[in-house]
Amino acid sequence: MAEEKKRRPHSAKAGTHPGGDTYVLRLYVAGTTPRSLQAIVDARAFCESHLTDSYHLEVIDIYQQPALARDEQIVAVPTLVRSLPPPLRRLVGDLSNVDRVLAGLELLKR
Amino acid sequence: MKRRRTVRRVPPAGLRKACTGIGGLDEILDGGLPAGRPTLICGGAGSGKTLLTIEFLVRGANQFDEPGVFMSFEETLGELSQNVASLGFDLEQQIEEGKLVVDYVLVERSQIHETGEYDLEGLFVRLGHAIDTIGAKRVAIDSIETLFTGLTDTALLRAELHRLFRWLKSKGVTALITAERGEGSLTRHGLEEYVSDCVILLDNRVSNQFATRRLRIVKYRGSQHGADEFPFMIGESGLSVLPITSLGLTHDASDKRISTGVQRLDQMLGGRGYYRGSSVVVSGTAGTGKSSLVAHFANATCSRGERALLFLLEESPSQYLRNMRSIGIDLMPWVRQDLLRIHAARPTLCGLEAHLQTIHRLTAEFDPAIVAVDPITNLASVSTFAEARALLIRLIDFLKTRQITALFTSLIHGDRDAETTDVGISSLMDVWLMLRDIEHNGERNRLLHVLKARGMAHSNQVREFRLTTEGIHLIDAYIGAAGVLTGTARLTQEAHERDSEAARLEEVNRRERELQRRHLALRAQVEALQVELETNGIELERLHAQAEQQRIAAARDRAAMSRARQADTVAETSPTTARQPPRSRDGRRKEA
Repeated sequence: MAEEKKRRPHSAKAGTHPGGDTYVLRLYVAGTTPRSLQAIVDARAFCESHLTDSYHLEVIDIYQQPALARDEQIVAVPTLVRSLPPPLRRLVGDLSNVDRVLAGLELLKR
Repeated sequence: MKRRRTVRRVPPAGLRKACTGIGGLDEILDGGLPAGRPTLICGGAGSGKTLLTIEFLVRGANQFDEPGVFMSFEETLGELSQNVASLGFDLEQQIEEGKLVVDYVLVERSQIHETGEYDLEGLFVRLGHAIDTIGAKRVAIDSIETLFTGLTDTALLRAELHRLFRWLKSKGVTALITAERGEGSLTRHGLEEYVSDCVILLDNRVSNQFATRRLRIVKYRGSQHGADEFPFMIGESGLSVLPITSLGLTHDASDKRISTGVQRLDQMLGGRGYYRGSSVVVSGTAGTGKSSLVAHFANATCSRGERALLFLLEESPSQYLRNMRSIGIDLMPWVRQDLLRIHAARPTLCGLEAHLQTIHRLTAEFDPAIVAVDPITNLASVSTFAEARALLIRLIDFLKTRQITALFTSLIHGDRDAETTDVGISSLMDVWLMLRDIEHNGERNRLLHVLKARGMAHSNQVREFRLTTEGIHLIDAYIGAAGVLTGTARLTQEAHERDSEAARLEEVNRRERELQRRHLALRAQVEALQVELETNGIELERLHAQAEQQRIAAARDRAAMSRARQADTVAETSPTTARQPPRSRDGRRKEA
């Protein structure tokens, strides 16, 4: 179910994230458990609302691609990996807590 | 995740075992780890957990055709392979051959943000994938507790680890899980609650500045196992556990004899030397000739074409060879022919276990008929009395089961009671030769006696023990009214005895000659008297004859006279010379 979502539309809510970098995110889930599905929904919603124009989200099912789990050092699922911008961050959990996701992605306004 | 389960052919009564291939460990595990089940290895830092797990996998792949997965939380593949390369394990090659997968799991606290509920399915997937890739039968996880440093939800982690162990069981893999030793409990995070089949505790203790590693099987469900603490070693070829004793006193006793290398000593031991496979201790104070006895024994062994292995803890091989040449024993040819191997090491070089390890390894390698340790007491200097004794018991058992005759020398200090060996090993020994050193008359001399010799008629005599340029000589010590005399005192006494013996002989000869002379004189006298006696007899006969003739003549004269006077003729009885009784030789007559 490797799913891709790529958006590069007209900018809408400028200034939601500092620096204006493109976010490269990968969401690792295990199968179609409710928790996985919830995580996918939450991730998409989050990206739509907070990263709007500049993100790249990839959803990977480690059951389908177990080798990737190893290569990406996935231990817990769901895990959202932010590979860009650096530094690398791993968000472990179902992404239901938006504040924590914001903190994890360093998107909180200071 | 669809891996073919291994078919269990063994009836449920018997637990299937997975051989570790680690020397000694399988013995105390009664065959191996529980196959298809997880085993917990706990221990402090540096206790050898990682090495044990790696060796389990490497040997599994090499010796038992059971590929393995190593999930490392602490070291990367590069670090691991460097660490074990010194033990002769080539991880990279095994990986290339598809016998091993090393998965390094990085759990970096600074990268991780918890944003909700999660599980450890990622770990399961990785492990499952690795297992399925090579068809692994063995899994090691080192050390899974690292998860607790990276993730904060302890309750969730514990639940997931519990699930992991059950999952491993359902996969049918033999798994080793390492965990750090905790305060007051086996592991810091209580993993022993989940892994209940087999728990092994490793320990590295320092006493007297020497570290000894120990291993204990805390539990092993459904199997017999050794319950003691077993010392183990990390040697040149990996780990090895030394069972305290072999499985009881079951070794066979040989009737064959083996020469001591000293002819008179053989005679003292019932004429034929030690029993093959027996343990012999030679005890004595410094400089009593213990090492020389060892050299004789080794020399005799090599002369028969058998191999001898010497462990020297005091001298270097070349020094020993030189010193033994001075008493006329040249061991060099045996060394060249590879019949004799000499291993020298200072006792302080390493711990007791390491020494035992070396002896085990070389013995297994060289397969000697005899093994000598000179002196065994030095080993006690690097440990406690009890440990040294325990080591000796194991060593003796090890050698006995292999029918190797063992000769140990034991150094006794002058101020101690000579008949107690330092390590208290006398009861373990079959033969005990005692060398003593007595000072008398301004010199020191050596004495040897057999204190005990199990199962053979042995001499109760004390012999003087002399080291000459032709080796050891045993001489009857002088035992007399003045006690035991040795050395020049013995020589003096012997000379003295020789002198008085000669004097006695001289006296006897003189008396004999004198008596002979008297005898001859008496005999001459007897002969003279005899002659006189005979002369006397002849004289007497003549006298009698004369008297008779005179009587006949007188009678005739009387008759003539009466005829002339014409007297009445009364018939005179006829002359009666015949009436005379016979005369004996001595001429005496009963009546005149």
